Amino acid sequence: MTSSRAVAEPVSAAGGAFRREAPAQRRLSPLLQLTLVRFREFYREPEAVFWSFLFPILMATGLGIAFRTRPAEVSKVAVVAEAAGAEQVRAVLAADSSLDVALLSPDEARKALQVGTVALVVVAAGPSAVEYRYDVARSEARTARSAVDNALQRASGRLDPVSVSESLVSDRGSRYIDFVVPGLLGMSFMGNGIWGIGFSIVDARRKKLLKRFVATPMSRTHYLLSFLLMRLVLLVVEATVLTAFGVLAFGVPMRGSLVLYAGTCLLGALTFGAIGLLIASRARTVEGASGLMNVVMLPMWIGSGVFFSASNFPNAVQPVIQALPLTAINDALRDVMLRGEGWRVVASEWLIAAVWLVVCFALALRFFRWK
Amino acid sequence: MSASGVLALEVRGLRKTFGDVVAVASLDLQVKTGECFGLLGPNGAGKTTTIEVCEGLLQPDVGEVLVLGKRWHDAEHELRQRLGVQLQETQFSEKITVLEMITLFRSFYEQGPSPDEVIALVQLEEKRRARVGGLSGGQKQRLSIACALAGDPELLFLDEPTTGLDPQSRRQLWELVERLRGLGRTIVLTTHYMDEAERLCDRIAIVDHGKTIALGTPRALVRSLGAEQMVELTMRDGSVGALDATTLSGLPGVLGVRMDGPVVALQVTAAHEALPALLAAVDGAGATVLELRTHTPTLEDVFVSLTGRHLRDQ
Repeated sequence: MTSSRAVAEPVSAAGGAFRREAPAQRRLSPLLQLTLVRFREFYREPEAVFWSFLFPILMATGLGIAFRTRPAEVSKVAVVAEAAGAEQVRAVLAADSSLDVALLSPDEARKALQVGTVALVVVAAGPSAVEYRYDVARSEARTARSAVDNALQRASGRLDPVSVSESLVSDRGSRYIDFVVPGLLGMSFMGNGIWGIGFSIVDARRKKLLKRFVATPMSRTHYLLSFLLMRLVLLVVEATVLTAFGVLAFGVPMRGSLVLYAGTCLLGALTFGAIGLLIASRARTVEGASGLMNVVMLPMWIGSGVFFSASNFPNAVQPVIQALPLTAINDALRDVMLRGEGWRVVASEWLIAAVWLVVCFALALRFFRWK
Repeated sequence: MSASGVLALEVRGLRKTFGDVVAVASLDLQVKTGECFGLLGPNGAGKTTTIEVCEGLLQPDVGEVLVLGKRWHDAEHELRQRLGVQLQETQFSEKITVLEMITLFRSFYEQGPSPDEVIALVQLEEKRRARVGGLSGGQKQRLSIACALAGDPELLFLDEPTTGLDPQSRRQLWELVERLRGLGRTIVLTTHYMDEAERLCDRIAIVDHGKTIALGTPRALVRSLGAEQMVELTMRDGSVGALDATTLSGLPGVLGVRMDGPVVALQVTAAHEALPALLAAVDGAGATVLELRTHTPTLEDVFVSLTGRHLRDQ
């Protein structure tokens, strides 16, 4: 394969010192080599692997545990002991399984309400009169009021005219974990695309490596493409790991077409890759770039429905929120995964992401600082 | 192409400014095919700017650059295939190995040696599988040159290849450049070490404040001083004031005198003829010599006699 004689006894064509190889022989693909180098830089950095793959899983686990579906809550209430008829009221309420009743002195009751150990204080105010003390802004207080009131009224002879029968359901797809898994996936596309690509490029520019490449016949398009290619391969791992984790560990449903789902992931990874390229296109220092990245990502972390629904924001800002690429990707992932929607529904979300992709990539190519 | 006398690089009337700073005032160069050409000058003389214009990385404000007979504007891709470039400050990715980095650079070129041949040429065989982060400064510099050799270039640019290296690494790098020279490659290098330029280069342009102030072979440049030897007298404190440069330069065999603190430096035709008269004159003036040294003139002496400064002043 190698021959030291080729070096020692050059067949001197042009200015060359080496034995000339036939041009077609052993031509290495520069795009492949560039992409391989991208990969090696990534997987030889264990911290990068941790943050990209393990972090979303840890987050999903934490949130899944914190917001797991719990049995119907028991409301804690206090009855003020010193009022006349307090013992009677306590007995009625204690008979209700959804209430946990304590008999407290007026002072203790006031404190318990203040610190939230009870949701509601009941003060007996005469033979057939009670007073409820509670904070109407607290939902558990409203629940407690309604339960206490029902128990007391029924015990005093109220008849409910409508007959009610209940059948309880727990719908997969409407739990918090179902909501948050697609959100975390979208967030990881954004973070890995923008940080992963942005920092590598700015670092190469700072180390004058970019300038060194420009001094070779390397194709600039190949260089930029190698980042997007690496993102695509990592995307398969990211998306598969987090989706499989959600489905297997928490029973998150996958109701729509896997092809549409994969397409949305692909589009998401490319879009955020292009945004990462644009952010990194001019910056000379890692500090400058990271400030810019935070400015770009912060509105999407908050507004694009990662941890809570984007519809919580007022109508006035909805057009802006709906136009953000992460909102589009998160909505599309949820439409396909949780609601089983088809391409007609996700088309508009894809369109928004695609516009971001094309515009950012074109601007990045136009303004990229190579030296 | 390889016929001697053909120009590998020609620069005419180059001028380059950065804002108010004139990096290169007016510069002409001609590098012949097969020679090792050196740009010698202090830091800030405009060497890097000049070489980066030649490498097509900077646009000149004024002037013309012909590389291998072509203009950058007309033949950028072709020239990139035929040139090898080593930059002053490139830091390669720490996590990538020597072989992987050279393989990457090799993939950019249509033809060239195998990565292992390049590794053998720069003598990094033992570090073939080592990551860049684990290389010494000298090894990193040889890797940088290996990457520049990946396309078997006809013209190789080396910008300050030994700056910041320890003496042993410098010598290893000199041997590498000499090997490349022996293989008939055209090399343009910049340096602010006069011993490096003297040892490696066939011809040298001495550059100062963005201008060429002398051009020729190291021997011719040194001969241009006319001096056979340099005499340096270090005088006892204060006694140098008793000496007068005009008187000394009138002594037989003395060509030039330079006073530099307690040191009197003289260019002489023959030390054995000049010294008796010189010592008599010093004695007569009542001055005391602490130390006397003679050496054959170097490029440093050429630079000093042209500019009045040392290469590494600043």
